[in-house]
Amino acid sequence: MSLAADTFTFVSDLVRRRSAIQLEPGKEYLVESRLLPLARSLGMTGDTAVDDYVRRLRASADQTQYEQVVEALTTNETSWFRDATPFAALSSQVLPELIGRRGSLGAVRIWSAACSTGQEPYSIAMMMADASGTQQLAGSIIATDLSAEVLDRAREGRYSQLEINRGLPAPMMVRHFSREGTMWRVSDTLRRMVTFARHNLLDPPPPGGPFDIIFLRNVLIYFDLETKRSILARIRRHLREDGYLVLGATETTVSIDPTWERVGVGKASFYRHGGGGS
Amino acid sequence: MKALVIDDSRAMRRIVSGILGGFGFETLEAGDGQQALDVLAEEPEVDLACIDWNMPVMDGLEFVSAVRAQRHRRGMTLMMVTTESEQSQIVKALAAGAHEYLIKPFTPDAMRGKLELLGLVEGKDLT
Repeated sequence: MSLAADTFTFVSDLVRRRSAIQLEPGKEYLVESRLLPLARSLGMTGDTAVDDYVRRLRASADQTQYEQVVEALTTNETSWFRDATPFAALSSQVLPELIGRRGSLGAVRIWSAACSTGQEPYSIAMMMADASGTQQLAGSIIATDLSAEVLDRAREGRYSQLEINRGLPAPMMVRHFSREGTMWRVSDTLRRMVTFARHNLLDPPPPGGPFDIIFLRNVLIYFDLETKRSILARIRRHLREDGYLVLGATETTVSIDPTWERVGVGKASFYRHGGGGS
Repeated sequence: MKALVIDDSRAMRRIVSGILGGFGFETLEAGDGQQALDVLAEEPEVDLACIDWNMPVMDGLEFVSAVRAQRHRRGMTLMMVTTESEQSQIVKALAAGAHEYLIKPFTPDAMRGKLELLGLVEGKDLT
């Protein structure tokens, strides 16, 4: 099964215009695998299902369906405590340091950007809840994504057995989730800690800042250099002077904006306002 | 690294052993908890046990308790790999001394994630 060239061009152009995410040539498989469920939902089958779907989409100019396509291509499945090292560094060093400066864990503000179906903000929430004792932490974490659909799932906080198996330590699973039929649901306490909101990284940051820690992991890779610079510049304005930016394990600010200062904390790398920052 | 796969289903032992083999483990197998204790008596250097819950002769929970009672086996990692998915059972297994709990069915990726949590394989991006 192979995608027609003009299907790919149309879809990558649509996604770039609506989200600034670049789908480079070679990502045809991604377009095909993400759009196939949409095509099938309209009864299209066979080798040309995705081409047929996109042809109909172009003819209809249906904005709702355009949104669905953008969502389907910008959604990522994530795991709990993804990469592990930043979470270890947070709990052992970064959070204690910030608590010292802010007076309490409840005063620490965190933004989880491009949070997908919620595993990242809930992982942060679990870590904070376990560190907080009886302290109230409602609303500590703002979690955003471009996709309304994944945000609905994240707010719901219900995960399948397969999803719950991905990286979540069993002691945390029993402490923070409860079984609902074949699904596992995040506790009300954790859900109260996270405020979900729809947000495009090209827009001004969401309310709730300035932030002490901003998670922006594995998302810059989708943008071109100029857009990466612009996103980092916006992020910088909403990160407190002594705050931390957390990128994905394979990402760095070095080639994008060298004024950020890389700080090694344990095995993890965080970024802070460097001397040349605005 | 050496792993002991304890399950009364030969097919399941083969699947779990195959997955662990893919992560570089040398694997041993046992059909119930008692057989597993016998294997351990012969093979002292086992790093990980993957343990089914419901088995004849000695079940997984009894095996976990028996191993935890052996001081010299404190370094061995115990992971339940079972269809038992009630929250109270997971709590019981952890209280008995299991380090992790993987519910069947699972993907090789999920197994890898658990092994990473346990520090038994190198960290890798799960996505």
